[in-house]
Amino acid sequence: MAVKRGRGVAAVNYPTGMNLGGDPTQALVHSTPTGSFMVTLSSVDLGQGLKQIMAQICAETIGVPTESVTVDTADTDTGPHCMGTFASRGTHRAGNAVIQAAREARQVMLEVAAEELEVNASDLDTDGSGNIHVKGAPSRSISIFDTALAAHFKHGRSISGRGMFLVPRSYPETETGAMKPSTCYAHACTVAEVEVDEETGEVVVLSVKNVFEIGRALNPKMVEQQLVGGSWMGISHALYETTEPYYPDRHHGARDYNEYLMPGPGDLAETEIAVLERPSGDGPFGAKGPGEMCANPQIPAVANAIFDAVGVRVDTLPITPERVLRALKQRDAGAAA
Amino acid sequence: MKLSKSYFADERTDDFVEIGQPRPRSDIRGHVTGRTAYFADRTFPGLLHLKMVRSPHHHARIRGIDTSEAEKHPGVARIITAKDVPQNLYTILILIQVGPEDEHVLAEDKVRWKGEAVVAVLAETARAAEEAAAKVKVDYEVLPAVLSIEEALKPDAPIVNEHHGRNYYLYDSGECRKVRFGDAEKGFAQADHILEESYSSGPIEHAPLETSGCIVTPEANGRFTCYTNTQAMFFTLDNASIILQMPGHKLHMVGGTVGGGFGGKVDVTVEPVAILAAKLTGRPVSFIYSREEEMQVSSPRAAEKIVIKDGVMKDGRIVARQVMAYIDAGAYSRHSPYGAQKSAAHFPGPYTIPNVAIDSYCVYTNRTPSSAMRGFGVTIGDFALEVQTDKLARLIGMDPLEFRFINAYRDGDMKAHRQPTEGAALIECMQEASVIAGWPVDERFMKMSSQTREG
Repeated sequence: MAVKRGRGVAAVNYPTGMNLGGDPTQALVHSTPTGSFMVTLSSVDLGQGLKQIMAQICAETIGVPTESVTVDTADTDTGPHCMGTFASRGTHRAGNAVIQAAREARQVMLEVAAEELEVNASDLDTDGSGNIHVKGAPSRSISIFDTALAAHFKHGRSISGRGMFLVPRSYPETETGAMKPSTCYAHACTVAEVEVDEETGEVVVLSVKNVFEIGRALNPKMVEQQLVGGSWMGISHALYETTEPYYPDRHHGARDYNEYLMPGPGDLAETEIAVLERPSGDGPFGAKGPGEMCANPQIPAVANAIFDAVGVRVDTLPITPERVLRALKQRDAGAAA
Repeated sequence: MKLSKSYFADERTDDFVEIGQPRPRSDIRGHVTGRTAYFADRTFPGLLHLKMVRSPHHHARIRGIDTSEAEKHPGVARIITAKDVPQNLYTILILIQVGPEDEHVLAEDKVRWKGEAVVAVLAETARAAEEAAAKVKVDYEVLPAVLSIEEALKPDAPIVNEHHGRNYYLYDSGECRKVRFGDAEKGFAQADHILEESYSSGPIEHAPLETSGCIVTPEANGRFTCYTNTQAMFFTLDNASIILQMPGHKLHMVGGTVGGGFGGKVDVTVEPVAILAAKLTGRPVSFIYSREEEMQVSSPRAAEKIVIKDGVMKDGRIVARQVMAYIDAGAYSRHSPYGAQKSAAHFPGPYTIPNVAIDSYCVYTNRTPSSAMRGFGVTIGDFALEVQTDKLARLIGMDPLEFRFINAYRDGDMKAHRQPTEGAALIECMQEASVIAGWPVDERFMKMSSQTREG
């Protein structure tokens, strides 16, 4: 049994948001009479947890607990325009729009509180748990509950705000390609360790160690979910997935999950994640978009590890046992000759 | 997960209350208890089911369509063909002025890929719709098909899509999106070694658990509510408005939690025809892809071919890089001209190389149209770039990780597309990887910083 081990590395970067910009997202924020906050968007939560992140961003900006923020989204009658949830843009674009809207709402909230407390709005701060107080004098305070009631029923003010984020569109210069594809980039480096069976061509990924630089981990647990899922998808791309195994031959196309190969739980590698934060200049609290990037570096890292193990290159994806075996046969034929 | 706070600590304050907190996501209880509502969980009285008659050929002229037998099938409510669609010719990115319109909602004179939508059948049950669809007779004259990038670019190749008139997308820069920086030929001339290698990939499915689909209800006030799992509400609304020649205020898109997107729900393929069906019948309509349609009909990640030629010095510096990238768009543009352009912006990767030449082509073939997918325009490029980088390191007998440190971009470096590098962090990612993977590198690399060119 000739099972050989190898390891490979890959390092990548990835742009945040639609290439060349020009992809707007808007947000609206308002308070209810009792000081809960609503964020209204038309962005779509694909299951990655966009609603939770927008709630945390709004809460941080206004200075209230996350649980007091409700996110209403994906309805074109109520939600203002969002280009869509794709291109690693959700957190960055919608997050910035929510910050702008929430800042405006916070300002109105502080102005109302200032009138109630008979101080200047600029002297006020929030404590993050539902109260507004005079800076340096925490006892002179009013709850956000009471502030919202006063705004609605006494002052006739709307604690609300509008937010819009747009990276202006860049147009590539035709001859040189001079352009501005993105305002910030996430980064990654992955080391993969594999075992290759020289008799069957089968590759087992033993471990994948990923380092991601994502600007700011707004919710580390959700960051981890996305990065681990992405890392598994990378392994899947490297070794398993294709709708047409013999492309460009149109035959043998998969029609269901019995025919479309993906790793099962037992095929997934031991996965390690480390996260670095270099805040981006224009991201919400410095966040970048790692949603797509996190599935990329594993593919070349696995390919390079296979070479390290058995000395053959498979430069066509996916790297199936058949392709590995053919490459091994070619290697051995070359050695014999 | 390890949060390595020691890197870039001088560029960051960590004084937040809600941000940085590992709060449980608000929707998790719904997901794990099966109570999250998806669009298909809705049901309406009188709901009709839509099944699509699809092309069995890669490329064929339609001589005639006979729906008479299908119409007689029990339970059939309506059959829709191209002539029923107000603005049948469309392309999604026309909203941001990326034309030309090149795709038909329902095929008119020709089909250009196996699986293309030809006739929509509406019936009381999904089974009746499927049985009736099998009775639609389409008379095809099969035409020669172009199935690979190489075939498509041959001078005498059949034209896949007459709206383009050639088998590649015509950018304002010509047959490809170009990037030129320094002088690649001069760079190759001074290099110690030159390595030219070719990389390729097959199409990949997004594989969401929830297939693409929508349910449309005609409302009493003349509007149409469309419950959809699109990733982009207004992309869908605005394109449906154009295709149906219906003012936007007549349309109401309702989304919600999507059961996986990965870029596969950015095309506008189910909503316009379902809304049209609801309008023509006055009844609610459900159009949901089967798993087979999701895998073979909905857009995959494009197959790609990438040729990289590098000039490298014995000391590890890459001095010239030429990239020729070919994206197989299939029969229609959808988002592929955008994706090919994104690849041109992404090459030559996160490295500082003084001489660069990039050509990215969006190529048309008689295949399932490809479109957006997680890592669009970059994922396969990164595979090619990083395997190539590994080969270069081994070619000059250098450790592959150390080789990357030598070439990594840093703040202030000019990129090939002529933007100065800002906020680089590749070096620090590699330093951390060196530590956690137990892959030691020379001390000088551990002392490097993305923030400065020194060291």
